[in-house]
Amino acid sequence: MLISLNRLIVWLLAPALLLLGNTAAFALEEAVQRSTWNMPVGVTAISQDVYGLHMTMFWWCVGIGVVVFGVLFYSMIVHRKSNGAKASNFHDSLGLEITWTVLPFVILIIMAVPATSSLVKLYDTSEADVDIVVTGYQWYWGYEYLDEDVKIISRMSTPQEQIRNEAPKGPNYLMEVDEPLVIPINKKVRFLVTSNDVIHAWWVPALAVKRDAIPGYINESWANIDTPGIYRGVCAELCGAQHGFMPIVVKAVEQEEYVAYLAERKELAAKIKELANKTFTLDELMVQGEQVYGQACVACHGANGEGGVGAAIAGSAIANGDIAAHIDIIVNGSKNNALMGAYRDTMSEVDIASVITFQRNSFGNKTGDVVQPIDILKYKQDN
Amino acid sequence: MAHGPAKGLTRWLYTTNHKDIGTMYLWFSFAMFLLGGVFALIVRAELFEPGLQIVEPEFFNQMTTMHGLIMVFGAVMPAFVGLANWMIPMMVGAPDMALPRMNNWSFWILPFAFAMMVSTLFMEGGGPNFGWTFYAPLSTTYAPPSVTYFIFAVHILGISSIMGAINIIATILNMRAPGMTLMKMPLFVWTWLITAYLLIAVMPVLAGVVTMMLMDIHFGTSFFDAAGGGDPVLFQHIFWFFGHPEVYIMILPAFGIVSAIIPTFARKPLFGYSSMVYATASIAFLSFIVWAHHMFTVGLPLAGELFFMYATMLIAVPTGVKVFNWVTTMFRGSMTFETPMLYSIAFVILFTIGGFSGLMLAIAPADFQYHDTYFVVAHFHYVLVPGAIFSIVAAVYYWLPKWCGNMYNETMGKVQFWMAFIGLNVTFFPMHFVGLAGMQRRVPDYNQFFADFNMISTMGAFLFGAAQLMFLYNVIATIRGGKKATAEVWENPEGLEWTVASPAPYHTFTTPPPIK
Repeated sequence: MLISLNRLIVWLLAPALLLLGNTAAFALEEAVQRSTWNMPVGVTAISQDVYGLHMTMFWWCVGIGVVVFGVLFYSMIVHRKSNGAKASNFHDSLGLEITWTVLPFVILIIMAVPATSSLVKLYDTSEADVDIVVTGYQWYWGYEYLDEDVKIISRMSTPQEQIRNEAPKGPNYLMEVDEPLVIPINKKVRFLVTSNDVIHAWWVPALAVKRDAIPGYINESWANIDTPGIYRGVCAELCGAQHGFMPIVVKAVEQEEYVAYLAERKELAAKIKELANKTFTLDELMVQGEQVYGQACVACHGANGEGGVGAAIAGSAIANGDIAAHIDIIVNGSKNNALMGAYRDTMSEVDIASVITFQRNSFGNKTGDVVQPIDILKYKQDN
Repeated sequence: MAHGPAKGLTRWLYTTNHKDIGTMYLWFSFAMFLLGGVFALIVRAELFEPGLQIVEPEFFNQMTTMHGLIMVFGAVMPAFVGLANWMIPMMVGAPDMALPRMNNWSFWILPFAFAMMVSTLFMEGGGPNFGWTFYAPLSTTYAPPSVTYFIFAVHILGISSIMGAINIIATILNMRAPGMTLMKMPLFVWTWLITAYLLIAVMPVLAGVVTMMLMDIHFGTSFFDAAGGGDPVLFQHIFWFFGHPEVYIMILPAFGIVSAIIPTFARKPLFGYSSMVYATASIAFLSFIVWAHHMFTVGLPLAGELFFMYATMLIAVPTGVKVFNWVTTMFRGSMTFETPMLYSIAFVILFTIGGFSGLMLAIAPADFQYHDTYFVVAHFHYVLVPGAIFSIVAAVYYWLPKWCGNMYNETMGKVQFWMAFIGLNVTFFPMHFVGLAGMQRRVPDYNQFFADFNMISTMGAFLFGAAQLMFLYNVIATIRGGKKATAEVWENPEGLEWTVASPAPYHTFTTPPPIK
């Protein structure tokens, strides 16, 4: 629960230290931007619309605030007893009540008009050029290009050492992934958002797209990006322990680059399929397995297999017992604990085989077992 | 012949006296307020800097969840019931609550409900970790085993709230002194009457939704499980049908308190009494038809989005009327700024700021950016902390001399106010910025992009926490001694409670007072 009581005390005292001018400890952080004040304008017509609405509403509020607080502060300054103010006794005015009921109503109508037209545009998901199914998993994203037969899994790539303050944090700390979602610019891209387990929300501020990913539902949204670039987002709906660690990275590219990317992915997919029939050595599997473990398992099962949210792998009955049971829990998920999801569709045979081999020969587990991709393929066919 | 309270512990266990029960409610809620505050400080301490420093993400989620649950159900609601118990019989000229034995019971089941809820933190798998909104299936299929205890705790405190509400309605409708017509009642009584109806309308809905969760978890139903033909969005509709009126349950009594305090210190009658009553009723009505504005991103059809956007914007009208009335009450008054008045003015200003961000959030297209970010956290803390908490503190300073017969230390009260006021703004104002910049809610860690404002927020939070300890000290010191208060306490305050001695006798209005 507590990482250490000492650290807690240090952090509790930190505000006082900061006030004393002792900022040295914090100045050590690399020179990255540490704050901003407002919403991004974004790179789609919709996001610019939304930004405009946001600012319009903001200025309306400022205007109303100036009037209301103006009267309030005027009374507080002028009508105070210490200034010798004598209290009046008026306490009713139908005219005033009607005025300040009707006037706000009119202002609300003025506000609602642009909001309505923006919303109608935002909801127009028809006639898309590219369709992408976005699936939320605990705790990563899957993207499937419809009609292209390309699927990718996108996991946060920030290493645990940075999160645990054991290594300096990179500029895209917690906002970087191994496989970004690549989409073309100047094309209407439709996102079909769903979930495999709990509710997530797919949010990229620069596109003003936020849609809940709900199991059993497919929610639609769209973006037509006008500038190539990398746009980062996050999961916006609490989805469990690692909710803060499933970022989104969208890479918007020119059409040619997009086509080349798809071709490359297809080639890669074919290669991975082929690899499922290859036999690997223990060392090869261990190297690959360690990498997979670091991406997919470490958050719950710990850097040394000691467990955490998930069960311990070091010395566990599954990692030291029957191989089939070990394969089963990764391919089909745990029957007792929904948090341990199924990796049947989200991890390649090579990755599953290598991570099982790794787990059975690490953290003090010494089974000496070597699991090959073909074993996984067969297991999947039978179970 | 009036008799005094019994001696010893049984006085508190068996009491049917509205003042004793009110006192117990208030102390209980303050204890819960401190506990929920400690949870919040753990959250803020973790968020002081990027990286994981103090707690694990799993425990962090339990802290945000428990902070929300404890503050809503343990701190704010019981505090208002406590104030209602103390003040409503005295305000309407009644000897006690209409149903005194039920009153005792509705208080005494609360400590058990919260003991059960907090005990889950020590259970295997930890306590509730799915947010105070406990969206399914995170709170059903994917929940820790302790969720069952959470469900039963919610049932118990729901029962407590419903009984409290029935009691308040029965008291107001039946126990008023002759001549105390409805439109002569103080606004605190009016707002509580409406709040009590809201409670009776929505607490059973909450009980229903947690029961459906219980069935899903233990009895094989699939209300919220898509794989079994259920619907996770149904959960949100039911929850927010409870949840939105709940928001007004936490704010309407506050309106009543402020409407009592501002006229006293402006030395001028409340402006627009009847429009205040109608505005309160309108807000209560609107609260039932805006729930899906919490769900703008779940994929509602366009027509649904538009309806809930318009309905939500409409709330600004009656709320605006209230703010304008308070400001006009102060206009051309003769104002002094004792602690309750400082808190009430801060209420008007900060609640209005929270209302502004609420209006921005109502704009559905913009909400796609705001939703589930720190902008929302800033918004609802701006309405709830200055709204509910400040009004409760204001009420305690205002009526404490009546309750215990001693004046509180005014200087300390003012210092305490300024600490709380600065602490609150330093904590919550920067949250607007990090939210707009793209920081989502309920995360234990964040990119350096959000670092500075989070650090400032954390410092403000600890200042705000310190202010509450000072408040506690001031209250205890006042109860133990201090300058004796007169029966009126303030300069010509309005209301029957000021016609009885300070401290208020154990039994008041055994014969109905004359009403002018």
